[in-house]
Amino acid sequence: MTRIDAKFAKLKADGKKAFVAYVMAGDPDYATSLEIVKGLPGAGVDVIELGLPFTDPMADGPTIQLAGQRALEGGMTLQKTLELATEFRKDDDETPIVLMGYYNPIYSRGVDRFLDDAKKAGIDGLIVVDLPPEEDDELCIPAQKAGMNFIRLATPTTDDRRLPKVMTNTSGFVYYVSITGITGAAEADAGDVAPEVARIKRATDLPIVVGFGINSPEKAEAIASVADGAVVGSAIVSRIGKGEAPADVLAFVKSLADGAHRA
Amino acid sequence: MADDLFNSFMNGPDERGRFGDFGGRFVSETLMPLILDLEAEYDKAKDDPEFWAEMDDLWKHYVGRPSPLYFAERLTDHLGGAKIYLKRDELNHTGAHKINNVLGQILLARRMGKKRIIAETGAGQHGVATATVCAKFGLKCVVYMGKHDVERQAPNVFRMRLLGAEVIPVTSGRGTLKDAMNDALRDWVTNVRDTFYCIGTVAGPHPYPAMVRDFQSIIGQEVRWQLAEQEGEGRLPDTVIAAIGGGSNAMGLFFPFLDDPSVNIIGVEAGGKGVDEKMQHCASLTGGRPGVLHGNRTYLLQDDDGQILEGFSISAGLDYPGIGPEHSWLHETGRAQYVSITDKEALEAFQLSCSTEGIIPALEPSHALAHVMKIAPNLPRDHIIVMNMCGRGDKDIFTVAKHLGFDMSDTEGREMD
Ligand SMILES: Cc1ncc(COP(=O)(O)O)c(C=O)c1O
Repeated sequence: MTRIDAKFAKLKADGKKAFVAYVMAGDPDYATSLEIVKGLPGAGVDVIELGLPFTDPMADGPTIQLAGQRALEGGMTLQKTLELATEFRKDDDETPIVLMGYYNPIYSRGVDRFLDDAKKAGIDGLIVVDLPPEEDDELCIPAQKAGMNFIRLATPTTDDRRLPKVMTNTSGFVYYVSITGITGAAEADAGDVAPEVARIKRATDLPIVVGFGINSPEKAEAIASVADGAVVGSAIVSRIGKGEAPADVLAFVKSLADGAHRA
Repeated sequence: MADDLFNSFMNGPDERGRFGDFGGRFVSETLMPLILDLEAEYDKAKDDPEFWAEMDDLWKHYVGRPSPLYFAERLTDHLGGAKIYLKRDELNHTGAHKINNVLGQILLARRMGKKRIIAETGAGQHGVATATVCAKFGLKCVVYMGKHDVERQAPNVFRMRLLGAEVIPVTSGRGTLKDAMNDALRDWVTNVRDTFYCIGTVAGPHPYPAMVRDFQSIIGQEVRWQLAEQEGEGRLPDTVIAAIGGGSNAMGLFFPFLDDPSVNIIGVEAGGKGVDEKMQHCASLTGGRPGVLHGNRTYLLQDDDGQILEGFSISAGLDYPGIGPEHSWLHETGRAQYVSITDKEALEAFQLSCSTEGIIPALEPSHALAHVMKIAPNLPRDHIIVMNMCGRGDKDIFTVAKHLGFDMSDTEGREMD
């Protein structure tokens, strides 16, 4: 049982929805980023999605693109991202960390070496945007073997024919992408999302969290009420981008978490 | 090279879209269902004589194919060695090879009922070709072009707008072809249901590399019969040479000769300011290593952390940090050889083509010509080189003027200080 499985089991027992927060590792710099990440559990975050910076984030909108650029300009690397996770784990052995990013930095390091290092750093799961089920033997299967969750994205274009394939070799939770589009673009609509979550539930027993297009406590509540949890990324990252102090960013995160937990 | 190596160079890719370890489908889940649809549709079209009849008709009457295979006599005499033929794809409608592929993809888009076409462009030639064919078929066309390229390829930007396309300058990254491709992919993820992404080179997720290669292979197929006509039945080129950005004009020339062991195959990458540790070049094969970008695994310019580096070249069309996966495979198997040419060498070749043959070439094929200039003098007179003259230089005259120190606003044509 990974930290992710344990967390969702506990939330279920408590009758609570999950609040998942995304931040880019190293944005705007290593020290500030570490301070924010360390504050997330206290702000009510159940699962941390830690963005791995990449020069060519093809599924991300301008907000997260810029966050990646800030991090890279500040000297962030995969190695330092793992160091940040290690540092976080010194005080928190419970909150799951999911590393989210693109395949090339991982491929460049070498999959086996990466998995070893990521496990040691206390990473619990991976979301790799450009690895669909068709490429499962690249990283997904080795990751599962190494005891790490490989979390899959399901999207509005994942039809019923394809859904079983997407649900194979996945674990931890399912991330339903509420819109066809990039991060930070359109707004999610709970009315559209509810039947989609029900559809995916028929294909899996895993918890389903919904992300993309959630930008306020109200929206987090509305979406979490029709799923097992809600993910917010761009809305948090844009505040970091504006140079808000970590305490202010975390206060906003708390309002989102409270929203999701009201659901 | 062992004979058995030649059994199967034309069989790729496999069902996973791999050429050896290269290629594949590294895209987000949102795009995956569409990419599978596209593959199914292309598989059907590929075996449909009606599809190819329509292509042949358009190639002949709209593009002006076959393009001539031209014996460059004065160039041959000047270099004093191998006999040089130029495949004149610069004479195609819209001025480059790009339209060969665009026609195929737009016919597919029509079969799939897509009404909105998006494309990325570097030099603007693929954008112009896409805008042209969209105008012809009454389709909406959106072209992503790096901001830096919008500036250095101004004539093509205006051409696209005249043709009714919307040109979106891309400001992310350094504003070149790689960034334009990122934004085109972002558009596609957003508008996946009604939009067809017309990729301009042999890159991207499967089936694009194979599909674009198949559409461009008309180049090499014509060379086969044209050379036989001019040099005698069964005469094959001894060397075929083409410039490589993503590698589509090169794959188009090379592919029909992959299983002819006597044919040397040479791809010419953009060496920019020189292929060294400063990385001011776009030579993915000679200066990069395998990685995953834009849907496929291939050789890429990248740093130790797997972050993609910006390319650097005088030629906007070659300014791409990757290369089509089939080239990576041909490189690793040794079937093709890859070299690089600097900006400076390409500019010299550009001028030589103008002065010896009266052909103003695009900067992209000028790279191929620069390599011809290096090897031809040392080859025997009966050695036949076929070089792909894949684009004309109209779009590049401003860039070249600047590098040669001509002030284009000065009607007397004086040189600048
Ligand atoms: C004339 C010309 N040649 C070559 C290229 C490079 O593309 P490819 O390597 O796919 O042929 C371009 C791209 O814009 C071009 O315009």
